[in-house]
Amino acid sequence: MRVKKNDIIAYVILIVMGVAMIYPLFWLFFATFKDNQELFGKMSLLPEKFSSIAYKNGWKGSGQFTYLTFYLNTFKLVVPTVLLTALSTGIVAYGFGRFKFPFKKILFALMISTLMLPDAVIMIPRYVVFNKFGWVDTYLPFWAPAVLACYPFLIFMQIQFLRGIPKELDESAYMDGCNPFVVYVKILAPLLKPSVFSVIIFQTLWRWNDYFNNLVYISSVKNYTLSLALKMSIDSQGSSTPWNQVLAMSFVSLIPPILLYFFAQKYFVEGITAGGIKG
Amino acid sequence: MSPQATKNPSVPSVRKYPKNWRWGILFILPWLIGFCILQAYPLIMSLYYSFTDFSILAEGKWIGLDNYKRLFTKDKYFMKSLGLTFKYALMAVPMKLIMALIVAMILNMKLKCINLFRTVYYLPSIMGGSVAISILWRFMFMREGMMNNFLGVFGIPSVNWLGDPDIALVTISLLVVWQFGSSMVLFLAGLKNVPTELYEAAEVDGANKWTKFWSITLPMLTPIVFFNLIMQIIHALQEFTSAFIITSGGPNHGTYLIGVKIYEDAFQNLKMGYASASSWVLFLAILLITVLVFRSSSAWVFYNDGGMD
Repeated sequence: MRVKKNDIIAYVILIVMGVAMIYPLFWLFFATFKDNQELFGKMSLLPEKFSSIAYKNGWKGSGQFTYLTFYLNTFKLVVPTVLLTALSTGIVAYGFGRFKFPFKKILFALMISTLMLPDAVIMIPRYVVFNKFGWVDTYLPFWAPAVLACYPFLIFMQIQFLRGIPKELDESAYMDGCNPFVVYVKILAPLLKPSVFSVIIFQTLWRWNDYFNNLVYISSVKNYTLSLALKMSIDSQGSSTPWNQVLAMSFVSLIPPILLYFFAQKYFVEGITAGGIKG
Repeated sequence: MSPQATKNPSVPSVRKYPKNWRWGILFILPWLIGFCILQAYPLIMSLYYSFTDFSILAEGKWIGLDNYKRLFTKDKYFMKSLGLTFKYALMAVPMKLIMALIVAMILNMKLKCINLFRTVYYLPSIMGGSVAISILWRFMFMREGMMNNFLGVFGIPSVNWLGDPDIALVTISLLVVWQFGSSMVLFLAGLKNVPTELYEAAEVDGANKWTKFWSITLPMLTPIVFFNLIMQIIHALQEFTSAFIITSGGPNHGTYLIGVKIYEDAFQNLKMGYASASSWVLFLAILLITVLVFRSSSAWVFYNDGGMD
């Protein structure tokens, strides 16, 4: 019965670790119902009494702008970026995955090598360019790289999916005289749904969680996203930070990623395993 | 860019590219434009800026190697922050990958509820980089925070998680380790791809579990470990959000990672030429490390099918 014993040990390890990993999130959830004094120096997970005051006051935001604005701004930034990324990376992946053209090998190698290009190096000139265009403090610096498929990881992921679809399918359509664009839309795109979903999910999370680019490009509070608003909330109050409100709004900002995760789990696994890199 | 073969009428039969090659170019065009404008051009420009005293307010003038000289001789914090960044990557990346590997191995034991565990372990990875989680971290690891209360239950004296420069760096590394789920899912997929015949053959030869792990499982996983290692190192060396939000680079510059320094120099002090020079040193360091890891790979990465497709 040694196998059984090993299994039990494995379960114990898994459960203890799982609890340890998820505990901070539960703690965050319950902390949002506590009052500010209760947050410090007490061990208990559950609040003494559930109060929604932290949500009510936290939601008011900066006074001038509520979290409704910050929420809507985040959607304005994220949704177009994600949809444009899904379109552009799909098309580019189709180009690389199914056609032969001059310098293809070099271009593909360049594309892959940009995976290793640190953002820090291109950040400053990019900012200068977007500043010249008058795009600073708008969401265009986020939409433009999406249109232009500046996400090599996502292109690569789509290529990997495309490779799994037999070439005969689209080749026979050419024979019937369809042009390549029609072939993509009518034949490949429906088969590539899992790949497109994976792109949508990854890009949504990356853009939703992103802070650095928001910080660089968005300057006025009326355009603030959730990341910027949260950072503002811990800065502005000084020593008397109403932590329960900050935590409540932090939790509110995490709801969309969590929902997305639970509804689209299978695409997460498919996506990272196809791209083979990082989630 | 058009190839001569398709245009030259004397060799009509030897077509190097199928007649639809133009479509290929058309389809990759968005990327090609993006690559030129948003990646290649900025890369060259940042190199140029690094030799000037450019700021967004004024056109820079050429000052040769002055920025670089200042970084390495006069700047009190540059070498320190570079060192801290390496230290951070050296702590966070191996811890994360080892955790991911161990948990993936356990999950691969064909237990029940694997999907449930996988869901739980992956959850932190989907939100770990956000400001919200950095705020949670800052709050949890405060002097009076949840972590010290928890340790107190076991009679362990409270730790100055964020106030001690050395410990603060560990605290922010833990945030990365907490997100080991993304690597774990990859390892798990890799483990599923190890052909069972290999294990059966090894069992016939009388191999024990340990030998099977060292001579089959680990070698078969090395391509995934390798790719993960490179990507994680590149990400870790650029870490920004956690150091900026949790500790603001402090205390006493104990978490003043190079990403934070570049941001402050460029966008707060508006010394963009100078910050570009720092970013190029970082870039070269990343290149060097990547090359070293690649070089070393022939010694430890095992390719079963001749390539990591």
